[in-house]
Amino acid sequence: MTLDFSSLLPYTDQILEGLVTTVWLTVVTTVAGIALAVVVAYVRDGARVRGASLVSRLLGGYVEVIRNTPFIVQLFFLFFGLPALGVPISATVAALIAMILNLGAYTAEILRAGIESTTRGQHEAARALGLSRLQSFRHVVLVPAFSRVYPSLISQCIIVMLGSAVVSQISVFDLTYAANFIQSRNFRGFEVYLVVTAIYLLLAVGLRLVFEFVGRRLFAFRQGGSA
Amino acid sequence: MALVSVKDLHKSFGELEVLKGIDLEVEAGEVVAIIGRSGSGKSTFLRCLNQLEHHDWGTIQLADQRLDGTSMTPGELSQNVGMVFQSFNLFPHKSVIDNVMLAPVVVKQTPKSEARRIAEEVLAKVGMSDKIDSYPAQLSGGQQQRVAIARALAMNPKVLLCDEATSALDPELVGEVLRVLEDLAKEGMTLILVTHEMKFARDVSHRVVFMHQGRIHESGPPETLFTRPQTPELAQFIASVV
Repeated sequence: MTLDFSSLLPYTDQILEGLVTTVWLTVVTTVAGIALAVVVAYVRDGARVRGASLVSRLLGGYVEVIRNTPFIVQLFFLFFGLPALGVPISATVAALIAMILNLGAYTAEILRAGIESTTRGQHEAARALGLSRLQSFRHVVLVPAFSRVYPSLISQCIIVMLGSAVVSQISVFDLTYAANFIQSRNFRGFEVYLVVTAIYLLLAVGLRLVFEFVGRRLFAFRQGGSA
Repeated sequence: MALVSVKDLHKSFGELEVLKGIDLEVEAGEVVAIIGRSGSGKSTFLRCLNQLEHHDWGTIQLADQRLDGTSMTPGELSQNVGMVFQSFNLFPHKSVIDNVMLAPVVVKQTPKSEARRIAEEVLAKVGMSDKIDSYPAQLSGGQQQRVAIARALAMNPKVLLCDEATSALDPELVGEVLRVLEDLAKEGMTLILVTHEMKFARDVSHRVVFMHQGRIHESGPPETLFTRPQTPELAQFIASVV
């Protein structure tokens, strides 16, 4: 068998389209998923002070459901299930919502570990200065909590980026969909998947580098020493 | 009228009664040192004064307001009572100046430029002007505690509570923190300190309160208390720490 990468050239547009879709799905999911996780973690953290409310229990249920069911089933549930209930939903919107809900749940759980390891002294200092629970969460708790769990957070975002390949199953034109599309036309499966694999690898490395860059800015306080 | 007035204060943790009826009046400008063995209730008493613990019984009057967990918001309380902790509790992700500016900006809604001016002023007072952009991890324990004092002062409280402010420090760093507290005392700041520094209690405070088993066992001017203890418990305590 001879390798023939030139057979991919006519499909450059499809590969680019797939790449763009995968990248923007990942970027939007990362931002929205982390924001969702912060809200979920804040509400669930309220149980520490005033006991578990109905909302915090519901959010706990959401986190457990997402973490204990396959992503592809969650995706199918949104894409095929919602229209069956009379709620029409496009493939792209279903993919985006599924990815955000997925990252949000995992990140909320990761973040919870960081939040729970906040020392009593930090809470008391914030209270003695008159900060409300929300002010304390925002200004005192959140950044150190993120810094403690940052490596796990990076991994989770990369997992979700790679997992986005599954959205090709509901015909979202992402990178994997592009690969399947090309392979079904030129039958050069080895070349197509080799190139797409390399692109995923570069995306994962790139995403990690971006996170590490942001982390160095955000957590500059850690470079002074440990405390 | 006394600035702080405590009457018949009781506090239990579960079955354990830690405070069994504390009465204490502190005048504005007074420096009161609370001494006693660990477990005597001194820290709990101090923590009741700024409502980190809620008392079960009795009253705490601050200026003319009564603390019962609802009369003052945490924000209002923090402008009346400042607190310095044994373990400093600076916010590790914020620079020195941001630690000091946080509460004025967030709680008091002071404009940033004004908050910065106040922060620089209180940091100068504790001798930390040259470290305003450092992070807490880059400072020694003594420096961190001085910043923590500045952070409390930035809210311009009427009374400053110090909970064993020097107990976590290496011996050679204790002096710099005590000097700052002594300066504050000279300026007329009202201080209530739980301390194990007997020399400091003796030299700087106006009144020493000896707590024993959840009660104020003995109190009076430091000279009297240290040289002529009236009860065997205090005599024994003094003998054990000096």
